[in-house]
Amino acid sequence: MIRPHRTHALWYAFILHRISGVGLALFLPVHFYTLSLALTAPGRLDEFFRWTDTAAVKFAEFGLVFLLALHMFGGLRLMALEWLPWSDRQKTLAAGAAAISFLISGLFLLRAI
Amino acid sequence: MLSDSADMEVSVWRGAGVAGQFENFKVPAQENQTILDVVAWIQQNCDPTLSYRYACRVGMCGSCAMMVNGVPRWTCRTHVKVALQGNRISIGPLRNLPVIKDLATDMDPFFDKWISAEGVHHPTRSRDDAIEQIDPEDHARRQANEGIECINCSVCYAACDTVAGSADYLGPAALQRAWTLFNDARDAGRVSILEAVSGKGGCHNCHSQGSCSQYCPNDLNPMAAIAGLKRETALSFFKRRT
Amino acid sequence: MLTVRLYMLQRITALLMAPLVLGHLAVMIYAIQSGISAAEILGRTQGSIAWFLFYGGFVVAVSVHAAIGLRVVVHETFGLRNTLLDLFTWAVAAGLFLLGGRAVMAVTLS
Repeated sequence: MIRPHRTHALWYAFILHRISGVGLALFLPVHFYTLSLALTAPGRLDEFFRWTDTAAVKFAEFGLVFLLALHMFGGLRLMALEWLPWSDRQKTLAAGAAAISFLISGLFLLRAI
Repeated sequence: MLSDSADMEVSVWRGAGVAGQFENFKVPAQENQTILDVVAWIQQNCDPTLSYRYACRVGMCGSCAMMVNGVPRWTCRTHVKVALQGNRISIGPLRNLPVIKDLATDMDPFFDKWISAEGVHHPTRSRDDAIEQIDPEDHARRQANEGIECINCSVCYAACDTVAGSADYLGPAALQRAWTLFNDARDAGRVSILEAVSGKGGCHNCHSQGSCSQYCPNDLNPMAAIAGLKRETALSFFKRRT
Repeated sequence: MLTVRLYMLQRITALLMAPLVLGHLAVMIYAIQSGISAAEILGRTQGSIAWFLFYGGFVVAVSVHAAIGLRVVVHETFGLRNTLLDLFTWAVAAGLFLLGGRAVMAVTLS
């Protein structure tokens, strides 16, 4: 998968953006479905929230928030390097994007537990 | 350090079209030796039927690029010491292009895309007009200068995963050429260039993976050139609507 | 398989969503502090035009953005092209819009 020509910072930034994007797209239908339970079956929504209180699910939630933050900052990085002519700072931006993602999702995890 | 007596394990891709496999050779290590020297040694001493392509041997003609240990390189200017992993080297034909035989690829798709990207000169004047004065400090001129050292070696094209996944994608070299001409005051094709790079295989497919800029043997930055095209097409996208 | 039009749609929806995502992250961090329940969420969101616009806009933008993003992935990974690729893109956009729209209705209306 990570073939020799791919071992550099910008390619890693790309693959993180792609994986987080696909992950979010797969998660969205489930997210929408559970929220619409509020309309059709409020009791089942609360049941669902109780299920989310378990540690394993908490960790999965951390993953989702992490994906969201990663994808957003990765996307902002991409638009910055496409539209702002800062050619040589791209790698710094890529690293910064990942760092901020960790910060935000870390904050979420601390608050959640 | 390599001593002159040791042998290197070199595996070379052999085959025509899609079929083929790596064949192993033992090649004596020299103190000073390029990958192209290794390929030439095998052809001269082991198997005269080995096919490969080269011309100038000094990094100007762009004809000798190959995959060396999985990475595209100009083989005439790549020292064996740079590429050697342990005592092994694998040498294959350039990625993303059809193989004719062994290490020689069919470069037609690569050059056809230069034409498709309008990477051709669109003259502003005829031979009867005076030569246009170019200010070397002009911003657009400096942008154009960034890309003019391209030797069409196809290393960037072989490094690009977007080319691998999307057969119509014009690729880094053709798009960089389009960007260079777009910025050249002596080229009249600005509108047709932007149109040519806005279609299904155009610059907008680029994911800024940066492998083109990472491996360009002349240290050019095709990814930045493609970003330039994205900016200009985005601007003209809004202009056309107002 | 992106033309300049799809590229611009992708980038414009991304720019729209950047502040929405930050808002959404902030709401989530706030909402889960003292546990989470259907009643608590609905108490905040139901009957609120502001939340309807916030999440309604989010759903529209994400439907377009995700459809174009998945279009690229499916083309590059599975080689889907032309009409089939267009159908796939529209199906993803419509599916997310319907599901998302229903969810927004559920938590903001009545």
